[in-house]
Amino acid sequence: MSVSIEEILKQGLLKLSHSEDINQLEQLRVEYLGKKGFFTDKMKALVSLDPDLRRSVGQVINQAKDQFQADLEQKRIVLNQQLLTTRLASERIDVSLPGRGQVLGRLHPVTTTLRRISELFRSVGFAVVEGPEIEDDYHNFGALNIPAHHPARAMHDTFYFDAHTVLRTHTSPVQIRVMESSTPPLRVIAPGRVYRCDSDITHTPMFHQVEGFVVDQDVSFADLKGTVYDFLRNFFEKDIQVRFRPSYFPFTEPSAEVDIECVMCHGEGCRVCSQTGWLEVMGCGMIHPEVFKSVNIDSETYTGFAFGMGVERLAMLRYGINDLRLFFENDLRFLEQFN
Amino acid sequence: MKVSEAWLREFVNPPITLDQLVAQLTMAGLEVNSVTPAVAPFTHVVIGEVSAIEQHPDADRLHVCQVNIGQAELLQIVCGARNVRQGLKIPVALCEAVLPGDFKIKKSTLRGVDSFGMLCSEKELGLATESQGLMELPDDAPLGLSIRDYLALDDTIIEIDLTPNRADCLSVEGLAREVAVLNEIDWSPTFIPSVAVQHQEVLSVRVDDSAACPRYLGRLIKNVAITTLTPRWLKERLRRSGLRSVNPIVDVTNYVLLEMGQPMHAFDAAKLHGGIVVRRANDESITLLNQQTLTLDAQTLVIADGHTPIALAGIMGGLDASVTDATSDIMLECAFFMPESIAGKARNYGLHTDSSHRFERGVDYTLQARAMERATQLILEIAGGEVGVVFEATVHELLPKRQPILLRKQRVEKILGTKISDEVIENILKRLSMLVERQDNAWQITAPGCRFDIAIEADLIEEIARIYGYNQLPNNLPLVQAKLQPVTEKEISVNRFADLLVDKGYQEAITYSFVDEESQKIIAPNDVCIRLQNPISLEMSVMRTTLWCGLIKVAQHNVNRQQTRVRLFESGLCFTKHHEDLHQEPAFAGLVMGSVKPEQWGEKTRSIDFYDVKADIESIFALTGMNVLFKQGLHPALHPGQTAEIYTQDGALLGFFGMLHPTLEKHFGFESVVFLFEFKLNQLKIKQQSVFTPLSKFPSVRRDLALLVKNDVSAHEVIECIKSIEASNLKEVNIFDIYQGKGIEEGFKSVALSLHLQNDTQTLTDLVVDDTVKSVLATLTYKISAKLRD
Repeated sequence: MSVSIEEILKQGLLKLSHSEDINQLEQLRVEYLGKKGFFTDKMKALVSLDPDLRRSVGQVINQAKDQFQADLEQKRIVLNQQLLTTRLASERIDVSLPGRGQVLGRLHPVTTTLRRISELFRSVGFAVVEGPEIEDDYHNFGALNIPAHHPARAMHDTFYFDAHTVLRTHTSPVQIRVMESSTPPLRVIAPGRVYRCDSDITHTPMFHQVEGFVVDQDVSFADLKGTVYDFLRNFFEKDIQVRFRPSYFPFTEPSAEVDIECVMCHGEGCRVCSQTGWLEVMGCGMIHPEVFKSVNIDSETYTGFAFGMGVERLAMLRYGINDLRLFFENDLRFLEQFN
Repeated sequence: MKVSEAWLREFVNPPITLDQLVAQLTMAGLEVNSVTPAVAPFTHVVIGEVSAIEQHPDADRLHVCQVNIGQAELLQIVCGARNVRQGLKIPVALCEAVLPGDFKIKKSTLRGVDSFGMLCSEKELGLATESQGLMELPDDAPLGLSIRDYLALDDTIIEIDLTPNRADCLSVEGLAREVAVLNEIDWSPTFIPSVAVQHQEVLSVRVDDSAACPRYLGRLIKNVAITTLTPRWLKERLRRSGLRSVNPIVDVTNYVLLEMGQPMHAFDAAKLHGGIVVRRANDESITLLNQQTLTLDAQTLVIADGHTPIALAGIMGGLDASVTDATSDIMLECAFFMPESIAGKARNYGLHTDSSHRFERGVDYTLQARAMERATQLILEIAGGEVGVVFEATVHELLPKRQPILLRKQRVEKILGTKISDEVIENILKRLSMLVERQDNAWQITAPGCRFDIAIEADLIEEIARIYGYNQLPNNLPLVQAKLQPVTEKEISVNRFADLLVDKGYQEAITYSFVDEESQKIIAPNDVCIRLQNPISLEMSVMRTTLWCGLIKVAQHNVNRQQTRVRLFESGLCFTKHHEDLHQEPAFAGLVMGSVKPEQWGEKTRSIDFYDVKADIESIFALTGMNVLFKQGLHPALHPGQTAEIYTQDGALLGFFGMLHPTLEKHFGFESVVFLFEFKLNQLKIKQQSVFTPLSKFPSVRRDLALLVKNDVSAHEVIECIKSIEASNLKEVNIFDIYQGKGIEEGFKSVALSLHLQNDTQTLTDLVVDDTVKSVLATLTYKISAKLRD
């Protein structure tokens, strides 16, 4: 007599309960439910039974098979869960260890500052133009209403190559070059390196300026003031105090120096602002009729304003840098500080 | 320009505090640079008189003085000064006094004698940098009075940074005029009583260049007492303005310069030969008051006597005819020189004087007669003498003219962007001593003689805005035409290259455009560099022809500070000369040294090599999609075996890339290999607009080949050889391994590459693929003798 269904099921369930991994479970599935498995064999054997009996025995087999199947699936879930738990435990890592790979570099703070300035002006339609750094005397001085021997030349400590060739002392020559080659309306900024023969704690022989100018039919000093004011507040992202002080540049009339409330002491007076509460950040003015004359723009029809700012100065104020010379030492410990 | 507040307030005294005055000046364009006390602070110093004096019993060089300070009891003070004597009036520092330098005076005992204070010298009171003995006060100095009050020391020195246009403020009177305008109050210049002329003796004056010197005034004053002491008040004013006392005559001319802004000069009349000639120099030399001897060029205006130049006109007097302690008769000079005739002259000779400073900016040409009277009056008061008539050579037509300037109301509004009322405008201009003549919708304005900066309408508009107050003017935003700005795809911004390298771990550097000539020569010996005429130092004497000079210096700086891994880039102009033509071209360069990646856990540190850097460079080119050729090249700064010249497809040299030559590596003190690259930015930026190619719907097939080729066959040659086959199915060739060594014959290398084939219209059959591979192999064998590896 063959083993009874109950016996098979009992054996099967016992084996299921003792199985320890998915492979064993798969073997048991084949052993019991496979094409040659115990239950399949029993089903096949039904053929030899009386049809009445066949049905009742068949039912018993099916029930046993179903139960085995159900237990097997249950066991599979348990084993899979165990497997996953083990994997998760074994794959635990220290998330505090640093990531691997390349680290980011940084842009120079002067570049970051130049980009911000350019971006602000570009947003209101200024074009960005660059010019040569070795300039002729005419573009650097003459066309800007600074004739030879003018006392204002003493304000610029100029590097010379020969009597007529200099390293530009400001970015204003770009103003001349643009006005020579294009017609108003003009709305331009000119960032770049400039050079003065001067080197001490507060001067480096090379630094950066941004020259900006607008020429159109109805540009006024009030427009200049508004533009500079708007720029400074946006640059410092703060509603800072700004004041305009009469000054003198041969290429503008009226001319002004622009002071902002000291960003270090908020106008209280400190070492940085020499106790005045104010910091000088740029020069500006209405373009001088003589300058228009030298580029053949009719100063009766057109008016314009121009401004020039020192980029290192703005960067120092913005980022709290206390020594100008750091900019050109390029110490990695300095460069790495600016995001 | 330094001015004493008290002196200024003698002329104009607005009811405002010092702080307000300073702010007012600054906001009017006369920027106050510093405000300092007239003397360093000290306290408890009064005027005393030495009533009795006796030798110290125990010290040869000390005296015991009984000092009367105007009180019932005399003070006993021990003094070591040589000039101490009975009846002398001196400043007395009482016990409790604190002298400059926080020097506290206390009762003390000097060699057994009690001393209740100190008799002071000028130096001890901070009134002079050097002094000989006690400060001697006049006999009429009131006993017991504070010396601060007596000398009016509670004064402030205001230092103003005047812009070159404001020559009119280079004097106390000029500043007073400005302060009066700002406060809307009156002021008046110094009253000069007329001086009685005592003789008619004159010198002849001949002005050869009246255009340069349209006015020359002279006067002889005889028998001046040159050894008289300059009065203390005058000396004090000179001192507070930063000038030192010389002798009464020179002191007076300096005083007039400070008070009125008119430079004057006094000659020793006895040393003059014949009359005065104002002329251009003529192959001559002169020894100046500062002992400097100059050889004069023909452009230089001089004051000469019958023989030789006696002064550099408007700049400095000569030594030969100068006033000395032996002088008795003097000739006073008071001239007007045109700014253009003086401008730049002093600087050409390396000089800068108070006189040249004023003349080159413009001295009021109406001032000379008054200044002459003022100087004469002061000399008479101080040193006496017999005054002669003024002799003069003036060509009125050649004096500057103040032409009326048309000032249009509408123009004022257009430039300032706001309407200012006619009354306000007229008031401002009149207060500035301008002649104002009304017209329809305009004015005719004539500026005073002191204003050399008012020549055109814009100058007047500035004056109106300045006095009205820049900060009272509105702030507008200009109207912008809503015209779009071009955004090109034909070029890529240098910012993008910078961002790429930053993302790849490079730091941006900005280095000086001028470099040390020696490094420049070592790094780029073939470039013709441009030299500065006036470099700041040898390390910054030539313009860089390559950015490598600066980057190498930065790497050195950082290596010297214990950095082992340096990745840098810079963009900027490089400067070269080709046949006298100057080129300034933007370049983009980098320097890499140290490990591939920063030291990190879980990965072995490896030193950077050529291909690591090349990958970064290739990604730069990938930004524009530019196809470039890396060719084995030569560069004096680079390792001959690891130098690539990079060309565009058109064959233009784009730049260099390679390993720093080991000799230079050693020269610059590096202890590991350094890689450098540099490209011409103008070519690097060029970008082609992208064009879409349809995607094939059919599968691609990959075939790998392992080839044996000779060592000297470059990867580029292998790839080019395969690409030379006109096989439209062959889409891509990729080298995935290079091997030399065991199993490979000496002189050969194994190159493993993959061929990627695909057709746009059909699925490739094995037959077609095999055919293509066969023809690739045949070509490789034929052209570069490649063999299929067994």
